[in-house]
Amino acid sequence: MKRAVFKNRGLPYLLVLPQIAVTLVFFFWPAFESLRLSVFRTSPFGDKTLFVGLENFAKLLSSPDYYRSIVNTFVFAFGVTALGVGAGLFVAALATQRIRGLAVYRTALLWPYGIAPPIAGIIFLFIFHPSYGVLPYWLAFVTSYEFNWLLKGPLAMTLVIIATAWTHIGYNIAFFLAGLLAIPTSVLEAASVDGAGPIRRFRSIVFPLLSPITFYLLVVNLIFSFFGSFGVIHAVTQGGPGNATEIMVFKVYKDGFVGLNLGSSAAQSVLLMIVVIVLTALQFRFVERRVTYT
Amino acid sequence: MSGDGAIAAPARVEALPDVAESPRRRPLDWGSLIVHALLLACVAVIAFPLYYAFVISTQTVEEVVARPPILRPSGNMVQNYVEAWTRAHMARLLWNSAVVAVVSALGKIAISMLSAFAIVYFNFRGKPLAFWMIFVTLMLPVEVRIMSTYEVIGNLGWLNSYAGLTIPLMASATATFLFRQFYLTVPNELVEAAQLDGVGPMRFLWSFLLPLSWANVAALFVVLFIFGWNQYLWPLMITNTEAMRVVVIGLQDIIPRTGTHVPEWNVMMAAAMMALLPPVAVILFMQRWFVKGLIESEK
Amino acid sequence: MTRWPGIVLVLSGVILFGAPAPSLAKTEIHFWHAMGGQLGETVNELVKQFNQSQPEYEVKALNKGTYPEVLTAAIAAYRQKNPPHIVQVFDVGTQTMLLSGAIYPIFQLMKEQEIPINWGDLIKPVTGYYSRDGNLYSMPFNSSSPILYYNRDAFKKAGLADKPPATWKEVGEVSKKVVAAGAAKCGFTTSWPSWTMLENTFPWHDQPFATNANGYTGLDTKLLINGEFGVKHIGQLAAWQKEGIYSYGGRMGQPDPKFINGDCAMLIQSSAVIGNFKRTLKFEWGTGQLPHWGAPYKRQNTVVGGATLWVMRGQKASDYKGVAQVMKFIAEPHQQTWWHVTTGYLPITQTAIKNLEASLHFKKNPEQWTALSQLQAKPTANSLGHRLGNFVQIREAIEGEMEHIFAGKKTAKQGLDDAVAKGNEILKEFAAANTQ
Repeated sequence: MKRAVFKNRGLPYLLVLPQIAVTLVFFFWPAFESLRLSVFRTSPFGDKTLFVGLENFAKLLSSPDYYRSIVNTFVFAFGVTALGVGAGLFVAALATQRIRGLAVYRTALLWPYGIAPPIAGIIFLFIFHPSYGVLPYWLAFVTSYEFNWLLKGPLAMTLVIIATAWTHIGYNIAFFLAGLLAIPTSVLEAASVDGAGPIRRFRSIVFPLLSPITFYLLVVNLIFSFFGSFGVIHAVTQGGPGNATEIMVFKVYKDGFVGLNLGSSAAQSVLLMIVVIVLTALQFRFVERRVTYT
Repeated sequence: MSGDGAIAAPARVEALPDVAESPRRRPLDWGSLIVHALLLACVAVIAFPLYYAFVISTQTVEEVVARPPILRPSGNMVQNYVEAWTRAHMARLLWNSAVVAVVSALGKIAISMLSAFAIVYFNFRGKPLAFWMIFVTLMLPVEVRIMSTYEVIGNLGWLNSYAGLTIPLMASATATFLFRQFYLTVPNELVEAAQLDGVGPMRFLWSFLLPLSWANVAALFVVLFIFGWNQYLWPLMITNTEAMRVVVIGLQDIIPRTGTHVPEWNVMMAAAMMALLPPVAVILFMQRWFVKGLIESEK
Repeated sequence: MTRWPGIVLVLSGVILFGAPAPSLAKTEIHFWHAMGGQLGETVNELVKQFNQSQPEYEVKALNKGTYPEVLTAAIAAYRQKNPPHIVQVFDVGTQTMLLSGAIYPIFQLMKEQEIPINWGDLIKPVTGYYSRDGNLYSMPFNSSSPILYYNRDAFKKAGLADKPPATWKEVGEVSKKVVAAGAAKCGFTTSWPSWTMLENTFPWHDQPFATNANGYTGLDTKLLINGEFGVKHIGQLAAWQKEGIYSYGGRMGQPDPKFINGDCAMLIQSSAVIGNFKRTLKFEWGTGQLPHWGAPYKRQNTVVGGATLWVMRGQKASDYKGVAQVMKFIAEPHQQTWWHVTTGYLPITQTAIKNLEASLHFKKNPEQWTALSQLQAKPTANSLGHRLGNFVQIREAIEGEMEHIFAGKKTAKQGLDDAVAKGNEILKEFAAANTQ
C-alpha cells in the first residue's frame, strides 16, 4: 500500500533516535556480547576464557536435549497460541451479543491479564498439584486415570499450556472485543437483509475485518509463548518431568543462569536470535500481505 | 513456520461464534439464555483460579493442604494479610513497583509513538534498517540476554537504581508495533487533507494523530504498566537493597525457596493478592479505554 | 510535541537519580542469602544480634532469591567489581566457588585478621565437605541431612509396631502393610530425589558416587551411580513405584504435602523440616535414620547438605576485619545453639552439641538427634562429600532420568547409564573450562 508521507530531512532521524538508542544499548550491545561469549568457553566467574570457535554450537546441534527443547517450544507455542487466541475469539464473540449485563461479563473476563506469570504459575500449581490440587482430586471421582504430571510429560505440557494461555486470555479477549465492537452494526444488518446466515456473515464480513487484530494477536501470542512464558514454567515444572516442558528460553536460562555454562547459553541465545529474525521476517513478508487493513 | 500457525489458528475458531450469532435478532429467546449460560461458564472457568487463590489466602496452613480441598474462605484472612504486609514491607514494594510500571510505560509510549510515526509517515535513508533494528527486538526477552544486559547496566553505573529498573524495559518494540498498526489504519485522506492545508508533521502528530489515538495510548499504558509491574528476573538481578525491591520479588521473602521448609502458602497467597490487585485494578478502572483503544473504531 | 519525551526523560531522571545514598556512619557489610519465609526472619534476627553486639559494623542482609539466583547474582556482581562481602552458596556450588579466584578462604581470612577460631570444634562431616587440604574454605551455615519421617497414627492403624523401619527391606514390608490396611494411600515418598536417594544413600552405604574420591582428588571425574548398587536401589524404587507403595512426588520439597496430608505414611526429607512439621502436622509422627540396605554394605555416614557462607574478594581491605567478626560470631556456641533450636538446622560445633546435650535438648527432642546420629562415623573417601563441578546441572540431569525411570519409560540401568553419560559430559565441560 502506498502511503502519503511528509518530506523532511532531519526530523525522522530525530524521531527514531530515542528508540534506536535504547535498542542499541539494551538489545544490540547485549546481543553482541552474547555473540562474543558464544565462541568462548568461560568459567563461571569469567576469569578463565578460551576461544573455542564454533564448538559450543556444534555441541548443541548434536545434543538430543537441544532438539527436544526445540520440539517442546513449538508444541508449547502453538498450543498456547491456538488455545489463547481461539478461546479469546470465542469468548469475545459471546460478549458482543445483544444481551443484558454485558458490562459485568466483560469486566469479569478481562482481568486475568493483570496477573504476573510467576503468580499465575503458583496458583495453577495449587489447582493441578497431584497431591494437594483440587482438580486431580475431583478427577479421581470420575476417572481412574492418574493425574500425575510430575511423571507424565504430556500432562505437564498441557498444564503449562493452559496456565500460560490463561494469563494471556484477558489480553486476547480485550483485542477481539475492541475489534468486534468496531464493526458497524449497519454492515452486519445489511448482510442479514441479503440473507447471509450467521456463519457466512462471520466468514465473509466479521473475520476479514478482524484479520489485522487476529494477525497482531497471533504474532504477540507466539512471541509471548516462545519467549515470555518463562515465569510459568519456572514456577510450575522447572522444565520437567525429564525435560518434557523444557522450552528453548527456559534452557537458555537453566544452562546459563543455573548451570553457569555461559558459552553454551550464549550460543543458544544466538540461535534463538536467528530464529527470531527469521520469524519476524516471515511475519512481515508473507503473513502481513494477506492482512486486510480497513 | 509461524506463518502456518498464523493462518491455521483462525480457521480453527471461525465456526465457533455462530452459536452466539443467532440470537442477534430476538434478544429474549433460548439463544440468549444459551449465551448467558456460556458466558457464565467462561467467567467461572476464567475466574476460578483467582477465586481459589483468594480462598487459600484466608485459610490456615493446615486447611490449605487438607483433603478434601476446602473451597470456601476461612477465618484466617486478617492474620495472613497483616503477616504478609509486615513481613514483606509491602508499602515500599508497592511504591517501587508503581514507579517502575508507570515510568517504563510512559517512557516506552513516548519513544514508540515517535518512532512508529517516523516509520509510517516518512521516507528516509536507512528506514528499512531502522525498521528491522526495531522490530527484531519484538521477540527477545530479558531472560535470554540477562547476563549481558546486566554487564551493560553495570558499566553504565545503573545497578540498584530506578534507571536500571526501567530503561531496559523500554527497549522492546511491542508498543512501536502497535502504534504502527494503528497509524496504518488511519486513512490516507487524512494526511493528504492535512498536507493540503499546510499542516507540518509535528502538528499532524500532535493535533490529528494523538487525539485519534488517545484510547490507544490508554490501552498501551495498561499493557505496559502490567508488563512493568510483573517483571521478575530483571529486578531480582539488579536490585541490591531492600529499599529498591519491587513487589513481585518481595513475594520471594515469603516463599521459602530453599525447599527445606514447608511453604506458608496462605501468607504467600495473601501477598500475591496484594501484588496483583494494582494491575488488576488498573485494568478494571481503565477497561473502557483499554478495550476501545486497542483498535480505535471511529477513524 | 517534541517536548513531551523530553519532559518524561527529565521527570524520570529526577525520580531515578533522586534515590538517596544511605549515610555511612558504620561500615556496611553486605550479605546475600537465599532464605525466604520464616528462615529469612531468623537470618534477620541473627544479623540484628550481631549489629547490636558491636558498634563498628552494620551487616545488611538481603534475600537474593533462590540458591542458583543468589550464586549467579553474586557472580555477576563480582564481575562488575562490586560483590557482596558474604554470600550464601548451596552445597552443590562448592566446587564452582573453590575453583574461582573470587573467594577469600575462611581459614585464611581468620588467620590474616588474627581472629582465632578453634577449627577442631567443628564436626567432621561438615568440615570435610567444605575443606581443601584440611583447611576450611567457607563457613557452614545451614546444615542438614536426610532422615525418615513416619506417621505414627498410620502405623498404629495398620497394626504396626511404633518404630521406624531401619532397612529398605522393612520399608517395603511396612509400606505394603500400611497400604493393605488402608492406613495410607502410599507407603513412602522422597523429597529432593537425587540428594536423598543417591547423593546421601551412596555414602551412607560407603559406596563411591564418583571417581577421584567423589571428585576430591581431580577434575577428570566420572559418575559411578550406574553400578550394581545404584541399579539395585533405584530399580527397587521403580518396582515399588509400580506397585504403588512408593510414590514419586517431584523435585525439591514438592513431595512434602503427600506426607503432611496423610497420603503417604513415610517421607524421606531433610532434617531441617522438623521445626515446620512440629507446627503443622496434625498427627503423631516420629523420625528414623535414612533406611539402609544392611549387609553386605557398611553403615557409614550421610553427608551434610544445605549451604555455607563464602567470603568474596573485591571489597575494601578494611572491611574484612568486620567480615571476620561476623564469621566468629556465627560460630560461637550461643548463636549455634540458638540457630539450631530456632530453625532445626544442625548445630555444627562439638561445644554447641555438648551444651545442647547438657540441657537435655536431645532427650526432649529425640527427632533432632536423628540426623546427628548419622554423622557420627569417621568419614571415608566415599562419604566425605561430593566435589563435582556444575553439580546443579548434574543433579538436574540425574533427576530428569530418575523421572524417566519412575515413569516406566526406562529401566533403572538405562536411566542411570544415561544420567551418567549426561553427567560426565557436564563434568568434562567443567574441567575444560577450569583448566586453561
